[in-house]
Amino acid sequence: MPDYKWPAMNKRKIMGTRVSRLDGPAKSSGRAKYPSDMNPQGLLQTAILVSPHAHAKIRSINTDAAKSMPGVAGIRTFVNAGAEVQWANAEIAIVAANTEEQARDAVRAIKVDYEVLPHMVREENLAKAGTRAKAAGEQITGDPDQALKDADVVLQSEYGIPVITHCCLEPHGQVSEWKGDAINFWPSTQAVSTVGNQLAQALSFDAAKIKVTCDYMGGGFGSKFPADSWGAEGARLSKDTGGRPVKVFLDRATELTIAGVRPSHFMKVKVGAKKDGTITAWQSDSWSTGGFAGGGMAPIPYVYANIPNRRMNHAAVSLNAGPQRAWRAPNHPQASFLTTSAITDLAAKLNMDPLDVFLKNANLTLREATYKSQLEKAAKMIDWKAKYHAPGEGKGTIRRGVGIGVATWGGAGHASKCKIVLHPDGSVEVELGSQDIGTGTRTCITMVAAETLGLPMSAIRVKIGTNSYPASGPSGGSTTIGGVSSSTRKAAVNALEKLFEKVAPSLGVPADQLEAVDSRIQVKGNPNKAMSWKQAAQKMGPQSIEEMGENVPAQAPREGLNTLGASGVQMAEVEVDTETGRVRMRKLVAVQDCGLVVNPKTAESQVYGACIMSICSALFEERVMDAVTGRVLNPDMEFYKLAGLPDIGEIEVQMDITPEHDARGIIGLGEPCAIGGGAAIANAIHNALGVRVPLAPATPEKVLNAIGNRRYA
Amino acid sequence: MSSQNDSTKDNLTKSAFSRRSWLRGAGIGTGVVGAGVLEQEADAQQAKVMSGEVEISLNLNGRPRSVKVEPRTTLLDALRNRLDTTGAKRVCDRGTCGACTVIVGGKAVYGCTMLAVDAVGKNIQTIEGLAPEGQLHPVSQAFVNNDAQQCGYCTPGFVMASKALLDRNPNPTVEQVEKGMAGNICRCGTYVGVRKAVLEAAKMRGGSNA
Ligand code: FES
Ligand code: FES
Repeated sequence: MPDYKWPAMNKRKIMGTRVSRLDGPAKSSGRAKYPSDMNPQGLLQTAILVSPHAHAKIRSINTDAAKSMPGVAGIRTFVNAGAEVQWANAEIAIVAANTEEQARDAVRAIKVDYEVLPHMVREENLAKAGTRAKAAGEQITGDPDQALKDADVVLQSEYGIPVITHCCLEPHGQVSEWKGDAINFWPSTQAVSTVGNQLAQALSFDAAKIKVTCDYMGGGFGSKFPADSWGAEGARLSKDTGGRPVKVFLDRATELTIAGVRPSHFMKVKVGAKKDGTITAWQSDSWSTGGFAGGGMAPIPYVYANIPNRRMNHAAVSLNAGPQRAWRAPNHPQASFLTTSAITDLAAKLNMDPLDVFLKNANLTLREATYKSQLEKAAKMIDWKAKYHAPGEGKGTIRRGVGIGVATWGGAGHASKCKIVLHPDGSVEVELGSQDIGTGTRTCITMVAAETLGLPMSAIRVKIGTNSYPASGPSGGSTTIGGVSSSTRKAAVNALEKLFEKVAPSLGVPADQLEAVDSRIQVKGNPNKAMSWKQAAQKMGPQSIEEMGENVPAQAPREGLNTLGASGVQMAEVEVDTETGRVRMRKLVAVQDCGLVVNPKTAESQVYGACIMSICSALFEERVMDAVTGRVLNPDMEFYKLAGLPDIGEIEVQMDITPEHDARGIIGLGEPCAIGGGAAIANAIHNALGVRVPLAPATPEKVLNAIGNRRYA
Repeated sequence: MSSQNDSTKDNLTKSAFSRRSWLRGAGIGTGVVGAGVLEQEADAQQAKVMSGEVEISLNLNGRPRSVKVEPRTTLLDALRNRLDTTGAKRVCDRGTCGACTVIVGGKAVYGCTMLAVDAVGKNIQTIEGLAPEGQLHPVSQAFVNNDAQQCGYCTPGFVMASKALLDRNPNPTVEQVEKGMAGNICRCGTYVGVRKAVLEAAKMRGGSNA
């Protein structure tokens, strides 16, 4: 079997260097065409009619008047009379017309008769959930009752984190064209190789005849895997109109209400410890919602999972609200927030520095040495020793504080196939049915191919973004970089072997004595017995060399190209104005172990981005439901707040790039870094104020409430 | 930075009737319509109602382009839907995110909050007009160098906002960059790169308006 192993760290010429993303110029010049930018000839625009009610039965839908409106080319309904809608903004009907303005006018002419039914849209008070809460079973380890009785100190507390949305800047949607027996589908997707199969299923159509194309996409974060109802109806509208291309993209309000949310998570908890800070017991009662289907229990206690005595109960609360979708590191940010809040508050009760408590109990994690060293590194970066003070200690209106968050993630490579073609003219093509969701995938594939073939990156043409290429997995779970790098490596090694066979006779050595370096094929270690890549390629004759490479997740651990298991620690320093309740970020530091890093430049961007997303959810983001109308109150970007450039403070990222980590192979990185930041910020606020803001996000209102409770407690 | 700067009294009267239908078209309930708009509504009662498409000429990236729009069609929708000029993106469609930033009459404006008919007679610069295809404007180049983009959907808006900022203030401080870019939102979290990119672009342009 050929040797696929990564070249030694100190021998790499391209991998590991800081490369600017290859599609950067297309993006920053506005020339990159996203699916929502496509305007093919004869395009029809659409508007979607959504339900104004959170729970209702549809008595009838009348589209007659809409049909005769100017410019209208087709109308379809998503549901029929008799159906129930279970959340506001659920899709009811869609109009295709020559212009968007006409489609919107026609949507207003559709008459729907609803029988309005009772709804429930808020879950923060479990006692009010009644039959909408379903117990998810109890998990017990050890003897939590006895351990809590025996504990020197027991912390009892409550925390909660609300539903937030993905808020992808490019909304969900696609352009589709159903002509004859073939469909062209241009979705904004994280899954070019699987989304077509889903569409085929929805349409009872031959998957082989659906061509999916997505060169660029404007953000997904876990919400853009499915073909979606509007994908199916968009395609049907195209068929209905004789194959005219049809564009469907959700408007912002619909995007923020039905295209995916991150579940909430609330928890009442007791944590027991010895006087010296050793954690002995955990008992939590938690609940969450991800919409009508309820919400599962986050992995609590998080990272510090092996508390010897623990009992966890969870209830899934079903709401009449838009459904959850995977959200960057599903359930982990919530788990980190809940768990580290409890540990930080326990430390306060013990009169201990929380850093000491996190260090002392590191044996409760799966990677004790790693977490210890990361905690120490992060503490140095934030200058914990100088900045930590007893909670609430300090004077004046403006208070500062520091806090800790932790993270863990898998991140092994997904199934991926890659085809590499070496042409007799010396050119190289690399094809994968993968996608670049903004992570730099295109660039990393090019780097791996160039490194392996001993060529400059400019000699490699990487083609991704359609299902016509060999299938590669969806971009979820931080599995893309491991998957595509491994399949590309293997395809390139396989192709080189074939090339060596053709070249070996001319160089007078067996094929296995050859190597590819600096655009040459040479006898190993001997640049004098060599020929240029161009000359070597000519030895192929007229036939190109085509080779495949495949990453098979079950075999990957044996091959060592990629693996799983990333740990991370983040620490925050904040400044809280106790008069206005405003929290400002001073600094956020992230220590992230990451295995072999293909491109440190884009990898760092992932971590910076994740830190900023953490700031968003810690301080700003919350989907607000109106109990009376059952609607989302802030389905826009003015009141659904995200951080802006002035809100982020200083961010320092420390990638643990070391020979020891490198030897583990590639580990996905997009998600582990998006977990601990929010927790660190919440705990820093506690340190600043000496009082817990129990519900995220720490808006001025919530901060002032927390301060007020303390005063009058 | 805001298109509101452009909403002079003159503009308001001219576009009163069209703005009203824009509001309706955009689905904004009267409950959130401010007093200023109600005045416009009153104006609108007296104005002749114009509907359907009219042909206008826009001065786009130095070239006159004729385009049919409805009175309610925003500049952004005219660019994206009717002129296939898709660098500016439609994200919030309500003047909060900056993804649709274009430069009109030398000022950065949100294309989603300006009507196409109000842009007649003004110089409209979109990101496509910054540099010929295949070349990069120094600001775009700085965004590449500093990896100030991930998915890239917000990037054209950031580049245009930076360009307008640097035209106005060729040597901004970090604080001025933060304030100047505060009207743009990025979901992927590229702000660290953006901050560096704008400062680098200022240096590359040698502090003079390029
Ligand atoms: S789309 Fe215009 S500001 Fe958001
Ligand atoms: S790069 Fe994705 S939104 Fe800014």
